[in-house]
Amino acid sequence: MGALSKSPWIIHYDGSSCNGCDIEVLAALMPRFDLERFGVINTGNPKHADILLLTGSINEQNKSVVKNIYDQMPHPKVVVAVGICATSGGIFRECYNVQGGADKVVPVDFYVPGCAVRPEALIDAAVAAVALLDKKRDAMKAGKA
Amino acid sequence: MSGRTIIPFGPQHPVLPEPIHLDLVVEDEKVIEAIPRIGFIHRGLERLVEKKDFIDFVYVAERICGICSFIHGMTYCLAVEEVMKIEVPARAQYLRIVWSELSRIHSHLLWLGLTADAFGFESLFMQSWRLRELILDIIEETTGGRVIFGSAKVGGVRRDISAEKMQEIVKKLRSYQKEMDDIGKVFLGDLTVQHRLRGVGVLSTASAKALGAVGPMLRASGVSSDIRMMGYSSYGTLDFAPIVEQDADCYARCKVRIRELDQSVGLIESAASKMIDGPIDVKVTGTPNGEFFARSEQPRGEVIYYAKGNGTKFLQRMRVRTPTFANITPLLETLKGCQLADVPVIVLTIDPCISCAER
Repeated sequence: MGALSKSPWIIHYDGSSCNGCDIEVLAALMPRFDLERFGVINTGNPKHADILLLTGSINEQNKSVVKNIYDQMPHPKVVVAVGICATSGGIFRECYNVQGGADKVVPVDFYVPGCAVRPEALIDAAVAAVALLDKKRDAMKAGKA
Repeated sequence: MSGRTIIPFGPQHPVLPEPIHLDLVVEDEKVIEAIPRIGFIHRGLERLVEKKDFIDFVYVAERICGICSFIHGMTYCLAVEEVMKIEVPARAQYLRIVWSELSRIHSHLLWLGLTADAFGFESLFMQSWRLRELILDIIEETTGGRVIFGSAKVGGVRRDISAEKMQEIVKKLRSYQKEMDDIGKVFLGDLTVQHRLRGVGVLSTASAKALGAVGPMLRASGVSSDIRMMGYSSYGTLDFAPIVEQDADCYARCKVRIRELDQSVGLIESAASKMIDGPIDVKVTGTPNGEFFARSEQPRGEVIYYAKGNGTKFLQRMRVRTPTFANITPLLETLKGCQLADVPVIVLTIDPCISCAER
């Protein structure tokens, strides 16, 4: 267990979600669910972040923003697609301005189901992400990534 | 005197969970002008009416916004029901009031928390959201969802609330009211909070009217306007008046919302007392043919749904005008002349819901 897995910092970006998943991301950090007890801190700065939480689907306007945030994050990093819109486009996948899930522009490690996603599912994702962060860090140390 | 600088604000920034971009033209620390750029979360869902039939579209309408989802779904239903001349049973109308007001309470508590966060009062933020979870519990018990209810449908509602459950809800809300008062006292009485809110972001009554502000933004500028007073969905049978404040600053907007928490609890109580036994929905036959503008009051202000049917099961056109979109112009006006450090608080006092605004 390194510093990364003891206290992973998250950054959240709303692609084109309906806000439902966004407020659940925040709710997961609040007293009831308290993701912060795992050392998870919500940061606004991509350069401080280890885990990228993406809600909502990808469209023409936010493509470059999502790519930009991802590129600015230091290695190792984990991307979590939060909710069905970030996974596949969900109920909006037939809209003319929706191109699909987050994996259209960045490599996604975890997909969290739900519309809207439940905070419990987000906690699961965060715990899984911590394990993956460790793995990625070890791979980097061994010069494999 | 230094020259002018443009500071970009957003789309990804720590203040709001949602993307909006503002180019802030500043002279030293003073904001001269704000130029918005929106469209980051445009999905184009109005055209989904061509692919989903008018019954299914309620699910899409609910997902226009995750915070006021029920009222979106309900207003869409109001529009279609008017086109199809469907009479919604009284019990369903009161159930709609109960869920609308529960969404209003949870939305206002969410807003209070985010505002506390914007002026740096972290523990107040946590307290507001803790209280909001208790409201979400009631919502989850009655609908099964936390943010997306899935309870509205064309012709009525999908779920019923039993009389005992209704009494229990009213009792719970009464006990939460005390906690809401405690939070309200901090927002309205704390000296440091007042220092951040009083006299900040003033929007005069004249400009609020001229720029088409809606909801708490308008009411805080001394205009008595609340679409619920038009009496849709049996609101006309309840006794209440719009909550108006005169100061027109961030403090007044905060006060309007805190007073509305109390009002909503009162409305739920009177809706519960008027609820009579009966069906909660009617069978929907035929297809919509005709057009109608439905208006309702969301936590953020007036929302307008326009539905036009041509006798097929797919609507020909559906249009939404959301409160945040209406409030962006007044926001730009209030940002003029403010300090750069006050921008997050002023942006938050319109209670921006960008996913509504851009759809």
